[in-house]
Amino acid sequence: MFKLEARPQPSRLMSCASPLIALAITVLIGVCLFIWLGKDPVKGLEIFFVEPLKNAQAISELAVKAVPLLLIALGLAVCVRANVWNIGAEGQYLLGAVAASWVAMQAGPGTGRWIVVAILLAGVIGGAIWSGIVAFLKDRFNANEILVSLMLVYVGQQLLDFLVYGPWKDPDGYNFPQTITFLSVTKIPRLMVGYRANIGVIIAIVAVAALWVFLFRTYRGFQLQVGGMAPAAARYAGFSSRSALWIGLLISGGMAGLAGALEVAGPMGQLTPYLSVGYGFAAIIVAFVGRLHPVGIVFSSLLMSLFYIGGELAQSRLGLPKAMTSVFQGLLLFTLLGCDTLILNRLRWIGVGKPKHSEEA
Amino acid sequence: MTELRLELNGISKQYPAVKANDGVNLRVTPGQIHAVLGENGAGKSTLMKIIYGAVRPDEGEIRWNGKPVKIRNPHEARALGISMVFQHFSLFDTLTAAENVWLGLDRSIPLARVIQRIREVAEEFGLDVDPLRPVHTLSVGERQRVEIVRALLAKPQLLILDEPTSVLTPQAVEKLFITLNQLSQQGCSILYISHKLNEIRTLCHHCTVLRGGKVTGEVDPTQETNASLSRLMIGAEPPELKHREAHLGEVALAVKGLKLPKQDPYGTSLSGISLEVRAGEILGIAGVSGNGQNELMAALSGEDRRSPEGSIELFGQDISHDGPDPRRKRGLHFVPEERLGRGAVPMLSLAQNTLLTRHESVSRTGWIHKSEVLKLAESLIQRFNVAAPGPHAPAKSLSGGNLQKFIVGREVDAAPRVLILSQPTWGVDVGAAATIRAELLELRDAGCALLVVSEELDELFEISDRLVVIAQGQMSPSIPAHETTVEQIGEWMSGLWPREAAHVQA
Repeated sequence: MFKLEARPQPSRLMSCASPLIALAITVLIGVCLFIWLGKDPVKGLEIFFVEPLKNAQAISELAVKAVPLLLIALGLAVCVRANVWNIGAEGQYLLGAVAASWVAMQAGPGTGRWIVVAILLAGVIGGAIWSGIVAFLKDRFNANEILVSLMLVYVGQQLLDFLVYGPWKDPDGYNFPQTITFLSVTKIPRLMVGYRANIGVIIAIVAVAALWVFLFRTYRGFQLQVGGMAPAAARYAGFSSRSALWIGLLISGGMAGLAGALEVAGPMGQLTPYLSVGYGFAAIIVAFVGRLHPVGIVFSSLLMSLFYIGGELAQSRLGLPKAMTSVFQGLLLFTLLGCDTLILNRLRWIGVGKPKHSEEA
Repeated sequence: MTELRLELNGISKQYPAVKANDGVNLRVTPGQIHAVLGENGAGKSTLMKIIYGAVRPDEGEIRWNGKPVKIRNPHEARALGISMVFQHFSLFDTLTAAENVWLGLDRSIPLARVIQRIREVAEEFGLDVDPLRPVHTLSVGERQRVEIVRALLAKPQLLILDEPTSVLTPQAVEKLFITLNQLSQQGCSILYISHKLNEIRTLCHHCTVLRGGKVTGEVDPTQETNASLSRLMIGAEPPELKHREAHLGEVALAVKGLKLPKQDPYGTSLSGISLEVRAGEILGIAGVSGNGQNELMAALSGEDRRSPEGSIELFGQDISHDGPDPRRKRGLHFVPEERLGRGAVPMLSLAQNTLLTRHESVSRTGWIHKSEVLKLAESLIQRFNVAAPGPHAPAKSLSGGNLQKFIVGREVDAAPRVLILSQPTWGVDVGAAATIRAELLELRDAGCALLVVSEELDELFEISDRLVVIAQGQMSPSIPAHETTVEQIGEWMSGLWPREAAHVQA
C-alpha cells in the first residue's frame, strides 16, 4: 500500500514532468476508449495527434484555433493570479466580436487598411466593457464575479442574436441571420497566401511577451499577484485590491474581445449567431494546464487546439461522436490536477495490509 | 518503587523534513506534575500528540499503568483516562459552555445532567464557570476553564496541558496553579508543556527537557535556576541585553481619543484610546489577547483607515486616513503578528517579499530591478543572521524564528522613525528572540520611537521604557517600566487601573 505524504520542498522534476505524465495518461485512457468504442486505437491516435500536424496547411489550421485560445487564456491567467474568477470570457469574446463587426460594417469603398487597427481596438474595448460591468458590480456592490461574468455570457449571446436577427441582418442575405460579408479591406491580413493563419499569430506572440513582462518584471504585476496569493499581505503592504480587480478583469476582457475581433474579421468574415464555439470556456482549461504562466499557455493552447481539430477529424473519418473533443479536454485537466498532487507530495511504500490511519490534530 | 502511570520508551517520529522525536523516554508517576520543557520545534507537541493518540510513533513503546498499550486515536486515549487541553481552544462561539462540553460526550446523557456535573466539578476545583453562558461572551481565561472542566469530566488519570498560560493574566495563572495542585493531590498526573522557566520552577515536581527531538535532561526543577534550565533547553545561556538610558526626543506618534467600532462581530471596539510615543523610547502595550490589540494595530498601520480625523498623528501631522504605504513614506513601519500570509507571502521568495514594504528597487516607471531586489534580500539575510538557503528561498520554507528575523530585519533596515511591532518574538526560539530584542534596543538608541505589543510580560519588562495596558478596548495610563511590577500590570490587565489618572492623561 502507498501512502501520500508531504514533500519537504516542492519537486522541480515533478512540476516539469507532471504535464507530460498527464498527457501520457490521457492518451492511455484515450486508447482504451477507442477500443471500447470498437475503433482501431492506432488509427484513432493518429487522427488526434498526427493528422493535425502532417503539413503546413494543417499547422496553419492548428494556429487558427490556437490563437483565440491563447489570447483568452493569457488574459484569464492574469485575472486568476489576482484571485478574480472570470468565468465569462466567452461573453467578452462575443462582445469583442460585436464591437469589431460594427466597425467593420462602417467600411466603404474609400476606406484604407487602417480600419483593421480600428477593428482590433474595437474588439478590445468591447470585451473590456463587458468585463468592466463585472468589475463595477463587484467593486460597488460586492457581487460575486463568478456568477455575474457567467450570466453575462448569456446576455452577450442574446445581444448578438438580437443584432443579427434584427437591425444588422444582411438585406440581401435570403433572410439568414447574419450580417453582410465584410468588405475585403477589413480582412485581418494573412501571414501567407493560401493559408488561413493570419497576423493574429504575431499579435499572440507579442501578447505572451508583454504579459510575461507585466507579471514578472513590473511592480503593478507584482502587486496584483500578491493580492491573489495573500490578501492580508496585500493589505499590509498597502496594495489596492480594487485596482487588482479592475486591472485583472479589464485585461482578461480586453484579450477575449481581441480574440473575438480576430475571429470575426478573420476566418469568419461576417457576424453570425454561431460565433460562440466555447473558446472562452476551453481557455479556462488552457490557462490552468499552462500553469497560469504565459509560456506554459503557449503549449497548452496548441495542445487544446490539437484536440479540437482531432475531434473534428475523428467525427468525420471514424464516425466518433463530437463529444470526444470534450472528453479529451476533460481527461487532460483531470489527470493534470491529479499529477500535480505529486509536486507537493510523494508516494511512499508502507508495506502490505497496514491499515491507513488519519492524523488528527 | 511505585508503579508508573505512564512510561515512554524510545519513542521516535520522523516527519519528511525533521525527526520530531528521537528515542524519547519519559516516566510519569501518579499525582506527579511533570514539566516538558523545550523551545518551539523541540518536539514537545509531537510527543503529546503521540500520547494522546493523534499521531502514531514510528518506533518505541508506551506503557500505561505498567501494561504496554497502543493508542490508535484520541478516543482510545480518553477511554484509558488521558485528557488533553490544547493551546488553541476548540469551542463553538455561538453555543453555551455546557453545550460545548455536551458535544464531546455520550449523547445519551441529558443536557441537564451535564450542566449539573459541570457545576459539581467547577465547585470541587474552584473553577469559576457558568455553564449557561454562550462561549463568545467568555474571556480567554474563562474559555480555558471550560476546556479544563471538559477534560476533568472524564475523570482522567493523566491531564495534558499545552502551553496553558500563554493567554492568561498573572492572577489567572495563580488560580490555575491552585487547581492543578489540587488535582495532583488527588492522584491525577499532569503533563505540563511550557517554555516558561519561572512557571515550571514554581509548579512542577519533575522536568524532562527536550532539544531537537531528544531528551537533554531530567531534573528536579525546584533545585534548578533559570540559567541552568535554559542551558539544558537551548544549549547556551541567552545573551544579556544592554539597556542604556533613554534620550527622549520629540513626540513621534500620538493617538488621541481613538474610537473605532468593531468590524468583526467577535472583535473588540476601541473606546477612546490615547497614547504618545517619543523618539528614542520603547512603549510596551501589555494585555490579554483579544482586548483590542489587533484592532489598534490595524488602525495604526493603516490597514484599517476608518479612524476619525485627527485621532492619529505622526510627527504632528494627521495620518488617520492614510494607507500603509503613505505612512511608510513618512517613516512609520509595522511588523504584524502573522508572519505567513501577512508579513510575508508564503509562496514568494524572500527577495520578492522585500518588495512588500521596500521600494528602492522599483523604478519610477514601475519596473522591478531584479538584481537590486536580490542584493537587498541577501544583505538582510547576512545582517540579521537569517538561516536560509538564499534570497530565492520561498518564505514558507523558513522556520518561524528565521522568517521573523527576516521580516523584522526588513523593517529595521528601512531606518524607520517609528516602528510598531506586534508579538515580535511570538513562537520564536530563545536565541532568535534575543537577537530581535537587541536589534530593537539598538534602534531605540538610534532615536527611533518603538511601540511593542506583546503577551509576554517578561519581554515587555525587558525592553520597554514605559508600559501601558489595553483591556476591553480601553487603554490605561502609562507607567515607567522600572516603577511597576508584574503584579500591578497583571491587575491592570483585568481593566482595574486607577480611572481618575486616566482622565487626567486624556
